[in-house]
Amino acid sequence: MSIRAANRVAVERLMEGEPVLVGCVPAAEALGLTGRVVLHAGPPLAWEHACATMQTAILCAVRYEGWAKDDRAALELVTGGAVSLAPCHHRGAVGPMTGMVTPSMPVFVVENRRHGNRAFATINEGLGRVLRFGANDASVVERLAWLAAEAGPVLDAALRSSGGIDLRAIMSKALSMGDEMHQRNVAASCLLIRALLPHLSRATADRAVLARVAEFLASNDQFFLNLAMAAAKAIADPCLGIDESTMVATMARNGTEFGIRVAGLGARWFTAPVNTPQGLYFPGFGPDDANPDIGDSAIVETVGLGGFAMAASPAVAGFIGHGGLPEAIAATEEMAEICLDEHRHFRIPTLVDRGSPVGIDLRKVVETGITPLINTGMAGKVPGTGQIGAGVVRAPLACFEAALEAFGAKSLANRRAPG
Amino acid sequence: MTMIDDLLASQVRIINLGIETFAIELQGLGVPVIHVEWSPPAGGDARKAALLAALADEEEDEA
Repeated sequence: MSIRAANRVAVERLMEGEPVLVGCVPAAEALGLTGRVVLHAGPPLAWEHACATMQTAILCAVRYEGWAKDDRAALELVTGGAVSLAPCHHRGAVGPMTGMVTPSMPVFVVENRRHGNRAFATINEGLGRVLRFGANDASVVERLAWLAAEAGPVLDAALRSSGGIDLRAIMSKALSMGDEMHQRNVAASCLLIRALLPHLSRATADRAVLARVAEFLASNDQFFLNLAMAAAKAIADPCLGIDESTMVATMARNGTEFGIRVAGLGARWFTAPVNTPQGLYFPGFGPDDANPDIGDSAIVETVGLGGFAMAASPAVAGFIGHGGLPEAIAATEEMAEICLDEHRHFRIPTLVDRGSPVGIDLRKVVETGITPLINTGMAGKVPGTGQIGAGVVRAPLACFEAALEAFGAKSLANRRAPG
Repeated sequence: MTMIDDLLASQVRIINLGIETFAIELQGLGVPVIHVEWSPPAGGDARKAALLAALADEEEDEA
Protein backbone atom coordinates (compact mmCIF):
# COMPACT_ATOMS: atom_id res chain seq x y z
CA MET A 1 0.00 0.00 0.00
CA SER A 2 1.32 3.49 -0.81
CA ILE A 3 1.79 6.08 1.93
CA ARG A 4 -1.08 8.09 0.48
CA ALA A 5 -3.42 5.07 0.53
CA ALA A 6 -2.34 4.13 4.06
CA ASN A 7 -2.93 7.67 5.27
CA ARG A 8 -6.37 7.61 3.67
CA VAL A 9 -7.21 4.50 5.71
CA ALA A 10 -5.81 6.08 8.88
CA VAL A 11 -7.61 9.40 8.62
CA GLU A 12 -10.88 7.65 7.75
CA ARG A 13 -10.52 5.66 10.99
CA LEU A 14 -10.06 8.91 12.90
CA MET A 15 -13.15 10.44 11.35
CA GLU A 16 -15.41 7.42 11.46
CA GLY A 17 -14.71 6.16 14.98
CA GLU A 18 -17.90 5.85 17.04
CA PRO A 19 -17.06 6.45 20.71
CA VAL A 20 -19.90 5.51 23.04
CA LEU A 21 -19.78 6.01 26.81
CA VAL A 22 -21.00 2.76 28.34
CA GLY A 23 -19.96 2.60 31.99
CA CYS A 24 -17.87 3.76 34.93
CA VAL A 25 -16.10 1.00 36.87
CA PRO A 26 -12.93 0.64 38.97
CA ALA A 27 -9.69 0.59 37.00
CA ALA A 28 -8.89 -2.80 38.52
CA GLU A 29 -11.89 -4.22 36.68
CA ALA A 30 -11.81 -2.11 33.52
CA LEU A 31 -8.07 -2.22 32.85
CA GLY A 32 -7.22 -5.42 34.67
CA LEU A 33 -5.03 -3.22 36.84
CA THR A 34 -3.87 -5.59 39.55
CA GLY A 35 -1.13 -5.18 42.11
CA ARG A 36 0.48 -1.95 43.15
CA VAL A 37 0.58 0.00 39.90
CA VAL A 38 0.29 3.74 39.32
CA LEU A 39 -0.46 4.86 35.79
CA HIS A 40 0.80 8.27 34.70
CA ALA A 41 0.43 10.60 31.74
CA GLY A 42 2.71 10.64 28.74
CA PRO A 43 5.39 8.31 27.44
CA PRO A 44 7.25 5.92 29.80
CA LEU A 45 8.85 7.70 32.72
CA ALA A 46 11.37 6.65 35.35
CA TRP A 47 10.74 8.03 38.85
CA GLU A 48 14.08 9.86 38.93
CA HIS A 49 13.27 11.73 35.72
CA ALA A 50 9.78 12.81 36.79
CA CYS A 51 9.14 16.48 37.56
CA ALA A 52 8.26 17.38 41.13
CA THR A 53 4.56 17.83 40.30
CA MET A 54 4.40 14.32 38.86
CA GLN A 55 6.32 12.84 41.80
CA THR A 56 4.02 14.52 44.29
CA ALA A 57 0.94 13.20 42.53
CA ILE A 58 2.38 9.67 42.44
CA LEU A 59 3.04 9.71 46.19
CA CYS A 60 -0.46 11.03 46.83
CA ALA A 61 -1.93 8.28 44.64
CA VAL A 62 -0.01 5.67 46.66
CA ARG A 63 -1.40 7.14 49.90
CA TYR A 64 -4.91 7.25 48.44
CA GLU A 65 -4.72 3.53 47.73
CA GLY A 66 -3.70 2.93 51.34
CA TRP A 67 -0.39 1.36 50.33
CA ALA A 68 1.49 3.86 52.50
CA LYS A 69 0.51 6.05 55.43
CA ASP A 70 2.65 9.04 54.46
CA ASP A 71 4.81 10.39 51.63
CA ARG A 72 8.04 9.01 53.09
CA ALA A 73 6.66 5.48 53.15
CA ALA A 74 5.16 5.98 49.69
CA LEU A 75 8.53 7.12 48.35
CA GLU A 76 10.20 3.98 49.69
CA LEU A 77 7.64 1.81 47.94
CA VAL A 78 8.12 3.58 44.61
CA THR A 79 11.92 3.80 44.67
CA GLY A 80 12.18 0.26 46.00
CA GLY A 81 10.05 -1.10 43.17
CA ALA A 82 7.15 -2.27 45.37
CA VAL A 83 4.96 0.17 43.44
CA SER A 84 5.47 0.21 39.69
CA LEU A 85 4.82 3.03 37.23
CA ALA A 86 3.44 2.70 33.72
CA PRO A 87 1.97 5.02 31.10
CA CYS A 88 -1.83 5.22 30.98
CA HIS A 89 -1.56 4.70 27.23
CA HIS A 90 -0.04 1.23 27.74
CA ARG A 91 -3.18 0.12 29.57
CA GLY A 92 -5.81 1.62 27.26
CA ALA A 93 -6.28 4.73 29.38
CA VAL A 94 -5.60 8.46 29.23
CA GLY A 95 -5.30 10.94 32.07
CA PRO A 96 -5.18 14.75 32.10
CA MET A 97 -2.11 16.54 33.55
CA THR A 98 -0.31 14.05 35.84
CA GLY A 99 -2.80 11.42 34.65
CA MET A 100 -2.90 9.36 37.83
CA VAL A 101 -4.85 6.09 37.60
CA THR A 102 -4.74 3.48 40.36
CA PRO A 103 -6.74 0.25 40.73
CA SER A 104 -9.57 1.52 42.94
CA MET A 105 -10.24 4.70 40.95
CA PRO A 106 -13.41 4.54 38.88
CA VAL A 107 -12.81 5.02 35.16
CA PHE A 108 -15.23 5.83 32.39
CA VAL A 109 -15.48 3.12 29.76
CA VAL A 110 -15.70 4.35 26.17
CA GLU A 111 -16.33 1.82 23.44
CA ASN A 112 -15.47 2.53 19.81
CA ARG A 113 -18.37 0.71 18.19
CA ARG A 114 -16.84 0.99 14.74
CA HIS A 115 -13.75 -1.02 15.74
CA GLY A 116 -14.78 -2.78 18.95
CA ASN A 117 -11.93 -1.39 21.08
CA ARG A 118 -12.28 0.41 24.40
CA ALA A 119 -10.55 3.34 26.11
CA PHE A 120 -10.71 4.60 29.68
CA ALA A 121 -10.32 7.81 31.69
CA THR A 122 -10.87 8.75 35.31
CA ILE A 123 -13.67 11.06 36.43
CA ASN A 124 -12.55 14.69 36.22
CA GLU A 125 -12.04 15.82 39.81
CA GLY A 126 -13.08 19.44 39.26
CA LEU A 127 -10.99 22.59 39.64
CA GLY A 128 -8.66 23.87 42.32
CA ARG A 129 -6.66 21.54 44.52
CA VAL A 130 -6.83 18.28 42.61
CA LEU A 131 -4.53 15.32 42.05
CA ARG A 132 -4.13 15.85 38.33
CA PHE A 133 -2.44 19.22 39.00
CA GLY A 134 -0.20 17.72 41.67
CA ALA A 135 -2.14 18.87 44.73
CA ASN A 136 -1.75 16.30 47.49
CA ASP A 137 -3.46 17.31 50.73
CA ALA A 138 -6.20 15.51 52.66
CA SER A 139 -8.97 17.16 50.64
CA VAL A 140 -7.57 15.58 47.46
CA VAL A 141 -7.64 12.08 48.94
CA GLU A 142 -11.08 12.65 50.45
CA ARG A 143 -12.53 13.68 47.07
CA LEU A 144 -10.95 10.67 45.34
CA ALA A 145 -12.46 8.37 47.97
CA TRP A 146 -15.89 9.90 47.43
CA LEU A 147 -15.59 9.47 43.66
CA ALA A 148 -14.83 5.77 44.15
CA ALA A 149 -17.44 5.10 46.83
CA GLU A 150 -20.36 7.17 45.61
CA ALA A 151 -20.07 9.05 42.31
CA GLY A 152 -18.57 6.19 40.28
CA PRO A 153 -21.25 3.60 41.13
CA VAL A 154 -24.10 6.08 40.55
CA LEU A 155 -22.68 7.19 37.20
CA ASP A 156 -22.17 3.57 36.20
CA ALA A 157 -25.77 2.69 37.03
CA ALA A 158 -27.01 5.66 35.02
CA LEU A 159 -24.82 4.81 32.03
CA ARG A 160 -25.89 1.17 32.01
CA SER A 161 -29.49 2.29 32.13
CA SER A 162 -28.88 4.62 29.17
CA GLY A 163 -27.58 1.84 26.95
CA GLY A 164 -24.61 4.08 26.08
CA ILE A 165 -24.21 7.75 25.19
CA ASP A 166 -22.95 8.73 21.74
CA LEU A 167 -19.95 10.95 22.46
CA ARG A 168 -19.16 11.89 18.86
CA ALA A 169 -22.63 13.41 18.54
CA ILE A 170 -22.06 15.41 21.72
CA MET A 171 -18.63 16.55 20.57
CA SER A 172 -19.92 17.62 17.16
CA LYS A 173 -22.72 19.65 18.76
CA ALA A 174 -20.40 21.16 21.36
CA LEU A 175 -18.04 22.40 18.64
CA SER A 176 -20.92 24.41 17.22
CA MET A 177 -21.62 25.76 20.71
CA GLY A 178 -18.16 27.24 21.35
CA ASP A 179 -16.20 24.33 22.84
CA GLU A 180 -12.91 23.09 21.43
CA MET A 181 -12.98 20.19 23.97
CA HIS A 182 -9.66 20.91 25.62
CA GLN A 183 -9.79 24.21 27.50
CA ARG A 184 -13.54 24.68 27.03
CA ASN A 185 -15.97 21.86 27.71
CA VAL A 186 -18.95 23.84 28.99
CA ALA A 187 -21.32 22.92 26.19
CA ALA A 188 -20.21 19.28 26.04
CA SER A 189 -20.59 18.92 29.81
CA CYS A 190 -24.11 20.35 29.64
CA LEU A 191 -25.07 18.09 26.76
CA LEU A 192 -23.73 15.06 28.59
CA ILE A 193 -25.57 15.93 31.79
CA ARG A 194 -28.77 16.41 29.77
CA ALA A 195 -28.35 12.95 28.27
CA LEU A 196 -27.57 11.45 31.69
CA LEU A 197 -30.30 13.20 33.67
CA PRO A 198 -33.22 10.80 33.25
CA HIS A 199 -30.97 7.83 33.97
CA LEU A 200 -29.29 9.51 36.94
CA SER A 201 -32.66 10.22 38.48
CA ARG A 202 -33.35 6.46 38.54
CA ALA A 203 -29.80 5.39 39.42
CA THR A 204 -30.26 5.64 43.18
CA ALA A 205 -33.15 5.97 45.58
CA ASP A 206 -30.98 7.93 47.99
CA ARG A 207 -31.81 11.57 47.31
CA ALA A 208 -28.85 12.85 49.34
CA VAL A 209 -26.45 10.82 47.20
CA LEU A 210 -28.16 11.99 44.03
CA ALA A 211 -27.91 15.61 45.18
CA ARG A 212 -24.19 15.28 45.89
CA VAL A 213 -23.53 13.74 42.47
CA ALA A 214 -25.68 16.38 40.77
CA GLU A 215 -23.83 19.19 42.57
CA PHE A 216 -20.50 17.69 41.57
CA LEU A 217 -21.50 17.42 37.90
CA ALA A 218 -22.98 20.91 37.82
CA SER A 219 -19.96 22.55 39.38
CA ASN A 220 -17.34 21.55 36.83
CA ASP A 221 -17.19 23.17 33.38
CA GLN A 222 -14.39 20.77 32.46
CA PHE A 223 -16.25 17.60 33.44
CA PHE A 224 -16.37 16.45 29.82
CA LEU A 225 -12.60 16.81 29.25
CA ASN A 226 -11.77 13.30 30.43
CA LEU A 227 -14.53 11.91 28.24
CA ALA A 228 -13.29 13.82 25.20
CA MET A 229 -9.89 12.31 25.90
CA ALA A 230 -11.17 8.76 26.27
CA ALA A 231 -13.27 9.20 23.13
CA ALA A 232 -10.21 10.49 21.26
CA LYS A 233 -8.11 7.55 22.42
CA ALA A 234 -10.82 5.07 21.47
CA ILE A 235 -10.90 6.67 18.02
CA ALA A 236 -7.12 6.95 17.57
CA ASP A 237 -5.91 3.58 18.89
CA PRO A 238 -7.16 1.52 15.91
CA CYS A 239 -4.87 3.63 13.71
CA LEU A 240 -1.72 2.26 15.37
CA GLY A 241 -0.28 -0.46 13.14
CA ILE A 242 -1.51 0.80 9.77
CA ASP A 243 1.65 -0.01 7.87
CA GLU A 244 3.03 2.81 5.69
CA SER A 245 0.90 5.52 7.32
CA THR A 246 2.75 8.68 8.39
CA MET A 247 -0.20 9.89 10.47
CA VAL A 248 0.38 10.68 14.14
CA ALA A 249 -1.86 8.49 16.31
CA THR A 250 -0.79 9.55 19.81
CA MET A 251 0.58 12.72 21.40
CA ALA A 252 1.20 12.78 25.16
CA ARG A 253 3.42 14.50 27.73
CA ASN A 254 4.73 13.39 31.10
CA GLY A 255 6.11 16.72 32.34
CA THR A 256 9.61 15.75 31.20
CA GLU A 257 9.18 14.41 27.68
CA PHE A 258 6.71 14.87 24.87
CA GLY A 259 5.98 11.59 23.10
CA ILE A 260 4.32 10.69 19.83
CA ARG A 261 3.37 7.41 18.23
CA VAL A 262 2.83 7.03 14.50
CA ALA A 263 0.26 4.84 12.77
CA GLY A 264 2.87 3.12 10.58
CA LEU A 265 5.35 2.59 13.43
CA GLY A 266 3.03 0.90 15.94
CA ALA A 267 3.61 1.13 19.67
CA ARG A 268 7.06 2.78 19.51
CA TRP A 269 7.37 6.18 21.21
CA PHE A 270 9.42 9.06 19.82
CA THR A 271 10.23 11.62 22.47
CA ALA A 272 11.84 15.00 22.99
CA PRO A 273 12.01 17.36 25.98
CA VAL A 274 8.69 19.13 26.60
CA ASN A 275 8.21 22.87 26.21
CA THR A 276 6.62 25.03 28.88
CA PRO A 277 3.14 26.49 28.15
CA GLN A 278 2.63 30.23 27.75
CA GLY A 279 -0.66 31.89 28.55
CA LEU A 280 -2.63 33.65 31.23
CA TYR A 281 -1.97 33.07 34.91
CA PHE A 282 -4.22 33.14 37.91
CA PRO A 283 -3.59 36.10 40.25
CA GLY A 284 -0.30 35.76 42.07
CA PHE A 285 1.33 33.48 39.49
CA GLY A 286 3.56 34.09 36.47
CA PRO A 287 5.65 32.33 33.82
CA ASP A 288 8.33 31.33 36.32
CA ASP A 289 5.75 29.32 38.30
CA ALA A 290 4.63 27.06 35.43
CA ASN A 291 5.41 23.37 35.28
CA PRO A 292 6.67 22.05 31.93
CA ASP A 293 4.02 20.63 29.61
CA ILE A 294 2.22 17.61 31.05
CA GLY A 295 -0.77 15.34 30.40
CA ASP A 296 -2.36 12.90 27.97
CA SER A 297 -4.90 15.54 26.96
CA ALA A 298 -3.05 16.24 23.70
CA ILE A 299 -4.92 13.17 22.43
CA VAL A 300 -7.78 15.59 21.65
CA GLU A 301 -5.49 17.59 19.32
CA THR A 302 -4.48 14.26 17.76
CA VAL A 303 -8.07 13.80 16.56
CA GLY A 304 -8.61 17.41 15.42
CA LEU A 305 -9.91 19.14 18.55
CA GLY A 306 -8.32 21.49 21.11
CA GLY A 307 -5.80 23.84 19.48
CA PHE A 308 -6.69 22.42 16.06
CA ALA A 309 -10.31 23.53 16.55
CA MET A 310 -9.41 26.90 18.09
CA ALA A 311 -11.55 28.69 15.49
CA ALA A 312 -14.62 27.04 17.04
CA SER A 313 -13.85 28.65 20.36
CA PRO A 314 -12.77 32.31 20.21
CA ALA A 315 -13.56 32.58 23.93
CA VAL A 316 -10.83 30.06 24.66
CA ALA A 317 -8.33 31.93 22.50
CA GLY A 318 -8.89 34.95 24.73
CA PHE A 319 -8.84 32.96 27.94
CA ILE A 320 -5.48 31.40 27.19
CA GLY A 321 -3.90 34.60 25.89
CA HIS A 322 -3.98 33.65 22.22
CA GLY A 323 -5.89 36.70 20.94
CA GLY A 324 -9.46 36.75 19.60
CA LEU A 325 -11.38 35.39 16.64
CA PRO A 326 -8.83 36.31 13.93
CA GLU A 327 -6.04 34.63 15.89
CA ALA A 328 -8.23 31.61 16.61
CA ILE A 329 -9.00 31.19 12.91
CA ALA A 330 -5.32 31.64 12.04
CA ALA A 331 -4.40 28.91 14.53
CA THR A 332 -6.80 26.42 12.97
CA GLU A 333 -5.68 27.37 9.46
CA GLU A 334 -2.06 26.87 10.47
CA MET A 335 -2.86 23.40 11.84
CA ALA A 336 -4.59 22.58 8.53
CA GLU A 337 -1.18 22.89 6.88
CA ILE A 338 0.10 19.81 8.73
CA CYS A 339 -3.07 17.71 8.48
CA LEU A 340 -4.35 15.22 5.95
CA ASP A 341 -7.99 16.25 5.83
CA GLU A 342 -10.89 18.26 7.23
CA HIS A 343 -13.11 16.39 9.65
CA ARG A 344 -16.39 15.11 8.27
CA HIS A 345 -18.22 15.33 11.61
CA PHE A 346 -16.35 18.01 13.58
CA ARG A 347 -17.50 21.17 11.77
CA ILE A 348 -16.57 24.74 12.71
CA PRO A 349 -19.21 27.48 12.29
CA THR A 350 -16.71 30.37 12.15
CA LEU A 351 -15.05 28.68 9.16
CA VAL A 352 -18.37 28.52 7.34
CA ASP A 353 -18.85 24.94 8.49
CA ARG A 354 -15.52 23.65 7.25
CA GLY A 355 -14.21 20.63 9.12
CA SER A 356 -11.59 20.80 11.81
CA PRO A 357 -8.08 19.86 10.57
CA VAL A 358 -7.54 16.16 11.27
CA GLY A 359 -4.80 13.58 10.83
CA ILE A 360 -1.38 15.11 11.57
CA ASP A 361 1.05 14.06 8.85
CA LEU A 362 4.55 13.54 10.18
CA ARG A 363 6.00 14.56 6.83
CA LYS A 364 4.16 17.87 6.79
CA VAL A 365 5.36 18.74 10.29
CA VAL A 366 9.01 18.16 9.38
CA GLU A 367 8.66 19.78 5.96
CA THR A 368 7.04 23.00 7.22
CA GLY A 369 8.49 23.16 10.73
CA ILE A 370 4.93 23.84 11.94
CA THR A 371 4.41 21.86 15.13
CA PRO A 372 1.05 20.96 16.70
CA LEU A 373 -0.48 23.71 18.83
CA ILE A 374 -1.90 22.37 22.07
CA ASN A 375 -4.30 24.14 24.41
CA THR A 376 -3.52 23.25 27.98
CA GLY A 377 -4.01 23.94 31.64
CA MET A 378 -0.89 24.95 33.52
CA ALA A 379 0.17 23.26 36.72
CA GLY A 380 2.38 24.96 39.28
CA LYS A 381 5.91 23.56 39.30
CA VAL A 382 6.07 23.75 43.08
CA PRO A 383 4.53 20.51 44.38
CA GLY A 384 1.07 20.89 45.86
CA THR A 385 0.27 24.22 44.15
CA GLY A 386 -2.35 22.89 41.75
CA GLN A 387 -3.48 24.80 38.65
CA ILE A 388 -1.97 28.26 38.06
CA GLY A 389 -3.44 29.19 34.67
CA ALA A 390 -4.10 28.08 31.11
CA GLY A 391 -2.29 28.59 27.85
CA VAL A 392 -0.89 27.08 24.70
CA VAL A 393 2.20 25.04 24.03
CA ARG A 394 3.92 23.67 20.94
CA ALA A 395 4.92 20.06 20.49
CA PRO A 396 8.71 19.85 20.07
CA LEU A 397 9.85 19.32 16.47
CA ALA A 398 12.57 16.87 17.47
CA CYS A 399 10.20 13.96 18.19
CA PHE A 400 8.63 14.33 14.74
CA GLU A 401 12.07 14.44 13.13
CA ALA A 402 13.11 11.28 14.98
CA ALA A 403 9.90 9.52 13.93
CA LEU A 404 10.42 10.54 10.31
CA GLU A 405 13.93 9.09 10.35
CA ALA A 406 12.60 5.80 11.72
CA PHE A 407 9.70 5.78 9.29
CA GLY A 408 12.06 6.46 6.37
CA ALA A 409 14.42 3.67 7.41
CA LYS A 410 11.53 1.18 7.63
CA SER A 411 9.62 2.26 4.55
CA LEU A 412 12.61 2.55 2.24
CA ALA A 413 13.95 -0.82 3.44
CA ASN A 414 10.58 -2.39 2.62
CA ARG A 415 10.74 -0.94 -0.89
CA ARG A 416 14.22 -2.40 -1.41
CA ALA A 417 13.25 -5.81 -0.09
CA PRO A 418 12.80 -8.42 -2.83
CA GLY A 419 9.27 -9.50 -3.64
CA MET B 1 16.73 44.52 -26.93
CA THR B 2 17.02 41.72 -24.42
CA MET B 3 14.11 40.17 -22.59
CA ILE B 4 15.19 41.79 -19.34
CA ASP B 5 15.21 45.21 -20.99
CA ASP B 6 11.69 44.54 -22.28
CA LEU B 7 10.61 43.50 -18.84
CA LEU B 8 12.00 46.55 -17.09
CA ALA B 9 10.66 48.92 -19.73
CA SER B 10 7.13 47.98 -18.74
CA GLN B 11 5.33 48.25 -15.38
CA VAL B 12 7.06 45.72 -13.10
CA ARG B 13 4.75 43.51 -11.02
CA ILE B 14 6.43 41.22 -8.56
CA ILE B 15 5.70 37.92 -6.86
CA ASN B 16 7.92 37.68 -3.81
CA LEU B 17 8.70 34.25 -2.36
CA GLY B 18 9.95 33.71 1.17
CA ILE B 19 11.43 36.74 2.86
CA GLU B 20 8.58 39.17 3.53
CA THR B 21 10.75 42.23 4.14
CA PHE B 22 11.53 42.35 0.39
CA ALA B 23 7.81 42.63 -0.33
CA ILE B 24 7.31 45.30 2.31
CA GLU B 25 10.20 47.33 0.86
CA LEU B 26 8.75 47.12 -2.65
CA GLN B 27 5.30 48.07 -1.40
CA GLY B 28 6.87 51.14 0.17
CA LEU B 29 8.24 52.10 -3.26
CA GLY B 30 4.78 51.74 -4.81
CA VAL B 31 5.67 48.57 -6.75
CA PRO B 32 2.77 46.09 -7.12
CA VAL B 33 3.81 42.99 -5.19
CA ILE B 34 2.21 39.78 -4.03
CA HIS B 35 3.97 38.05 -1.18
CA VAL B 36 3.92 34.25 -0.95
CA GLU B 37 4.93 32.66 2.35
CA TRP B 38 7.49 29.99 1.59
CA SER B 39 10.43 28.40 3.29
CA PRO B 40 12.71 25.60 2.13
CA PRO B 41 11.55 22.10 3.16
CA ALA B 42 12.76 20.97 6.59
CA GLY B 43 14.25 24.39 7.27
CA GLY B 44 16.86 23.89 4.55
CA ASP B 45 18.25 20.62 5.94
CA ALA B 46 19.29 18.87 2.72
CA ARG B 47 19.31 15.36 4.21
CA LYS B 48 15.81 15.68 5.67
CA ALA B 49 14.58 17.27 2.45
CA ALA B 50 15.89 14.29 0.50
CA LEU B 51 14.16 11.91 2.89
CA LEU B 52 10.91 13.84 2.52
CA ALA B 53 11.25 13.68 -1.26
CA ALA B 54 11.76 9.91 -1.07
CA LEU B 55 8.63 9.57 1.07
CA ALA B 56 6.48 11.96 -0.97
CA ASP B 57 3.15 10.74 -2.31
CA GLU B 58 3.54 9.09 -5.69
CA GLU B 59 2.33 10.92 -8.81
CA GLU B 60 0.16 7.96 -9.83
CA ASP B 61 -1.68 8.31 -6.53
CA GLU B 62 -2.87 11.78 -7.46
CA ALA B 63 -6.01 10.65 -9.29
